[in-house]
Amino acid sequence: MGADIKIKTATITMSHGAGGKAMHKLIDEIMLSAFNSYSNGLVEQEDQARVDLAELQLMGNKLAFTTDSYVVDPLFFPGGDIGKLAVTGTINDLAVGGAKPLYLSCGFILEEGLPIDTLKKVVDSMQETASKAGVKIVTGDTKVVPKGACDKIFINTSGIGVISAKVNIQANRAESDDVVIVNGYVGDHGAAIVDARGELALDIDIQTDCEALHELVASMLSVCPDIHCMRDATRGGLITVLNEFAAASGCNIEVEESSIPVRDEVRGVCEILGLDPLYLANEGKLVAVIPNQYAQAVLEAMQTLPCGQHASVIGKVVASERSQVILNTRFGTRRIADVLVGDQLPRIC
Amino acid sequence: MQYVDEFRDPKMAENLTQSIKSLADKIAKTRDKPLQIMEFCGGHTHTIFKFGIEQLLPDSIELVHGPGCPVCVLPRGRVDDCIKLASNPKVIMTTFGDAMRVPGAEQSLIDAKASGADIRMVYSPMDALSLAKQNPDREIIFFALGFETTMPSTALTVLMAEAQGVDNFSLFCNHITTVPTIKAILDAPDMQIDAYIAPGHVSMVVGEEPFQFVSNRYQRPLVITGFEPIDIMQSLYMLLQQLDQGEAKVENQYKRVVGKEGNLPGLQAMAKIYELRDFFEWRGLGSIENSGVQIKAEYAKYDAEQKFNIGRAHVADPSACQCGEVIKGAIKPWQCKLFGSQCNPSNPMGALMVSSEGACAAYYSYGDIDQLIALRNVNEVA
Repeated sequence: MGADIKIKTATITMSHGAGGKAMHKLIDEIMLSAFNSYSNGLVEQEDQARVDLAELQLMGNKLAFTTDSYVVDPLFFPGGDIGKLAVTGTINDLAVGGAKPLYLSCGFILEEGLPIDTLKKVVDSMQETASKAGVKIVTGDTKVVPKGACDKIFINTSGIGVISAKVNIQANRAESDDVVIVNGYVGDHGAAIVDARGELALDIDIQTDCEALHELVASMLSVCPDIHCMRDATRGGLITVLNEFAAASGCNIEVEESSIPVRDEVRGVCEILGLDPLYLANEGKLVAVIPNQYAQAVLEAMQTLPCGQHASVIGKVVASERSQVILNTRFGTRRIADVLVGDQLPRIC
Repeated sequence: MQYVDEFRDPKMAENLTQSIKSLADKIAKTRDKPLQIMEFCGGHTHTIFKFGIEQLLPDSIELVHGPGCPVCVLPRGRVDDCIKLASNPKVIMTTFGDAMRVPGAEQSLIDAKASGADIRMVYSPMDALSLAKQNPDREIIFFALGFETTMPSTALTVLMAEAQGVDNFSLFCNHITTVPTIKAILDAPDMQIDAYIAPGHVSMVVGEEPFQFVSNRYQRPLVITGFEPIDIMQSLYMLLQQLDQGEAKVENQYKRVVGKEGNLPGLQAMAKIYELRDFFEWRGLGSIENSGVQIKAEYAKYDAEQKFNIGRAHVADPSACQCGEVIKGAIKPWQCKLFGSQCNPSNPMGALMVSSEGACAAYYSYGDIDQLIALRNVNEVA
């Protein structure tokens, strides 16, 4: 009889988290049917995934391990959704350390009353994104909490990858004369989320830049194994990452405002709201500090991939004990670009 | 971006810089101290710092950053009153984003939200009215802030609430007025300002006429100015021309937006809803006569202050704060004892450190690099 129980309710109820038949059905029909299809038998419904170490050792000498939680509202936005974000975000956290991303875990916290269709869409999006990236989701967990205890779906993903022995990317390695590269337009994700919340009724078309960057990183490493620093510019945006490099390396970073790629639509939204695109979140942008002599080769390698098509050199590292980010404005003046105190808040007038 | 980039053109800035410099040098020969020019409005202060305009000016011109940041000058007592209103479980408090961080005596709205008050950020008072329609069993209060720039939109929202019979909507009115405040600054005994950059957005509503007293009574030149860097530089040049000719006129640099008469429907709506308060308290400046408005008695049901009988709590500014002297141009932000040490953007003690439109916060985040570092170090040692 058990095998015949279908998920009858269209919404998540507390029983889906209770460990009984409803829960097993949910996991079988939504999670496993998506994730199992391409995982080469790694998913065997044990309490843990088991990874062959010998295979990993062929790829490098360091294991990279990272975790991140995703609580975005709305769940679906132009160009992406929370599922895609949960996969690309963790892939990118591995990739910017120079790791080849391999395996992900996913933990769901579901709010009672969530439509099962919504969950299915999110899970399918995770599967599609992971499969496209060649990364496997190999273990997971699902909890249901009473209505109001979380907001629709929260997802945690952890990831492991392997770093080659030749690679040593660290925030404290920026040196005088290094150049700073970004792989394309900044601020798209932040602006898309503001727009998708629908509070502004702006007639614009800004898509999130949510994208896995590991292939881009591999192409960069292939021409310049000695990338000094690299991070993805998520919360706090471009300027925050640059400040992290400057502080860790004990140097100044000087950027040219006119070289930083920002879409006109994003600038427009920011003008209206009194926001600064250089502090808006990105989900498919990395900032790298590399030795000057590799700049051209790295740019060319990046520009062959869609997510690096608009890659540009935006600035350089300058010896200084002040550890500041200096912005040379379009207007021909200079100013400090410091880390924000809290969130950017829209201004009154 | 069309309509914006032409007002940020570095080439044009260079030409204006040259013209400003040669005229300022000429005027400087007739004086023994720099010209002090005040931009009243926080929007101008923000542009000046964001684009580094001060770096382009000769030493003979000093910009004094005025009190026109409505978030900055909101006194602590009013923030406390707002939190008191928001803490009522029946209430949803709605506000513009940058009011969230303004410190009250103990808490800001962000802190109050974290402690459980239902406080939501909106982009316009109309959003608050929509929320009122969606939540008929709650009282939706809009935290109304700002000068004449934002007054028409709050007044029109009240009129719309009346027309649509929405009774669970009210304003917590903290609107302030520009002209009495400029007058108070001009009347201050230690005031030295030579010329004024007047707020473009306020003028869009009130027109040119209300500023005439600055030239008639106080013989100071004034130029109504837009918010792009080229606007500000052009307006500085216009002020210098007046000073050079010994003139004191009201001129309008922002003609593409500001008409002579202002915005008549906006002014009518304001006149219908609001009346002047005898006094209103400003953080850093103290109480100023006729510098705020309140909701008229016939619209009392849209006035959160009357509806919830909020007593206007008075909380004194921290005694070491020198915001008043900075606003009047008597000292520079970094000359304040608290600047950068006890008072910084993460923990603002005084008004001017509160929002990015406040002079102190602007110096702290964008200020002259060498000077600031030296000063921060001095402050740290002290």
